Amino acid sequence: MSVLRKLGVRPGSLVMAVTAALTAAPTLAGCSSSQGRENLDKLVAVDGSSTVYPISEAVAEEFQRRHAARVTIGVSGTGGGFKKFCAGETAITGASRPITAVEIAACERGGVEFIELPVAYDGIAVAVHPANDWARVMTVAELARLWEPGAQGKIVKWSQIRAGWPELDVHLFGPGVDSGTYDYFTQAVVGRAHASRGDFTSSENDHVLVQGVVNDRLGLGFFGYAYYAAHQDELALVQIDDGDAQNGAGPIAPSPATIADGSYSPLTRPVFIYVSVAAAKREAVADFVEFYLARGGQLATEVGYVPLPEPVYARARERFAARTTGSMFEGGALLGTPSVLSTLAGFAVDQPFEGGS
Amino acid sequence: MGARRPSSRRLVEHALELGLLACGLVTVLTTVGILYVLGSETAAFFAEVSFAEFFGARHWTPLFADPQFGIRPLIAGTFLTSAIAIAVALPLGLLAAIYLAEFASPGLRRVLKPTLEILAGIPTIVFGYFALVFLTPLLQRVVPGLAGFNALSPGIVMGIMIVPMIASLSEDAIRAVPRSLREAAWGLGAGEAQTIFRVVLPAAYSGIAASIVLAVSRAIGETMIVTIAAGQRPWLTLDPRVPIETMTAYIIQIALGDVPADTLAHRTIFAVGTTLFVLTFVTNLIAQRLTRRFREGGYE
Repeated sequence: MSVLRKLGVRPGSLVMAVTAALTAAPTLAGCSSSQGRENLDKLVAVDGSSTVYPISEAVAEEFQRRHAARVTIGVSGTGGGFKKFCAGETAITGASRPITAVEIAACERGGVEFIELPVAYDGIAVAVHPANDWARVMTVAELARLWEPGAQGKIVKWSQIRAGWPELDVHLFGPGVDSGTYDYFTQAVVGRAHASRGDFTSSENDHVLVQGVVNDRLGLGFFGYAYYAAHQDELALVQIDDGDAQNGAGPIAPSPATIADGSYSPLTRPVFIYVSVAAAKREAVADFVEFYLARGGQLATEVGYVPLPEPVYARARERFAARTTGSMFEGGALLGTPSVLSTLAGFAVDQPFEGGS
Repeated sequence: MGARRPSSRRLVEHALELGLLACGLVTVLTTVGILYVLGSETAAFFAEVSFAEFFGARHWTPLFADPQFGIRPLIAGTFLTSAIAIAVALPLGLLAAIYLAEFASPGLRRVLKPTLEILAGIPTIVFGYFALVFLTPLLQRVVPGLAGFNALSPGIVMGIMIVPMIASLSEDAIRAVPRSLREAAWGLGAGEAQTIFRVVLPAAYSGIAASIVLAVSRAIGETMIVTIAAGQRPWLTLDPRVPIETMTAYIIQIALGDVPADTLAHRTIFAVGTTLFVLTFVTNLIAQRLTRRFREGGYE
């Protein structure tokens, strides 16, 4: 697997689907239909965000060691994951941003009720090549100038971002438009979700983005902090200055500490899994989610994420036990970053949440 | 029993014939179907986007906040990678063909030709990663300012991939040139090189041209190598050192994503597909013309 990772192969839907097919097929073909159904009963189909993928993968690995269930994990991006989830194709979908109003409507149409569960914090890392010794600190305004739609075809050299930076081309790498990381970054930096320039290397595969910056002296890319953590010798972080002394003065680099205390702002966000109520009636799915909420924090740390405070996990477990449906973000389009974090903070102390849909 | 035999045999023959006809029809119908889907979706696309924008705009950003539908960056990307591939494959392939046809001993050729053809059997995804993780870092030591994703490295690898195509087909064409022509040249006092370049190659021109055009078509349509190693940045440039995007890579990018069908963004891939189809079709037409013109004087 690690070789594949290095090559940039996404150990995603295809590999997982093949594995699932290989493990499921012989029994399905060879045995009686009741046994086949039993096998399907033990299948937990997960899809969604590539940012949540490493956590789900780690949890699934541990889970399958002690449980007969099979977990398949696809990587369609947050938006793509919701499309499948709301059509009832998957039991669980990972999301690196809260569900949107449009997606809630799609789930209603598909007759899918969902339970929203936060599973970890992540920071969106902005990274450059180690040989880039100028752009190690950027303000949010500078990032916005570089990424806003109006920059398309115009802001093409480093010197246009800040006077004094070299007159060399800038090569941009960012997640594709189906990605929650893309939605969150554009919301937090440009001020409007889904608004960015289009002339950059965009890929749903985070390994492509990492590879791009690792091999390009003039590259700049953004992706989940965990992907930076896995390649920290080959990448350099950009410290972000949001000009707000309230949450830590001056430029701040993402790290487990600054992500946990929210001072790496505005690029810290919680990541979620959404569980289908219908699927949760199956024992395998319910067991998997319970295991996820019990061990997810520790396993998230192991794969480069920041665990939520324990009370949040406790509340998430309660929420799942009560099968509380709906989104705590009330399906407001994509909410601004501070409110996502404060809603989550409120979630830890509030009374049990009433469904929002 | 004996009386029924001939009629049953005729029946079988008839069924076989129909079966063969069906097989032939499948390919024809598939082509018609593809053309129909391409055509209707492309027409729907051009109902919303003008030709002037499609061929005039300088940016290709259908999925983003400021959607622009200028295909030139993608055509530039395809042209750049294909040109590099042909620049590599043409001399290598042709010289290999000349060596195999004129100089290699039969024993050596029996080993060399299949070995060369194995190259064509390597899956393109392997070539793609070969370009990305092996050739690009190597080239970065020599070529200043070469980015991790660029047109140069996949172009070269694509060239290597199509060498067997040119070499194998050209070798057949060269070997089909009658020995009498060579003997006549030698008889007139021509040397080895003169015979090959002035007599044999011109005589084999039609076959060689066909192989080159097939190779060009293959390079234009090649998908995996450029998707992996050239980047996904639609950028109007002929600089082989920076990330670009080809038409095929764009189609893959959209097809793998979750763009809903029946949207303008989704129709872009049909518009790009049609452009691609027209390009290869025109290439093939030119090749046919060339081949026909030279066949009159040449040998096949």
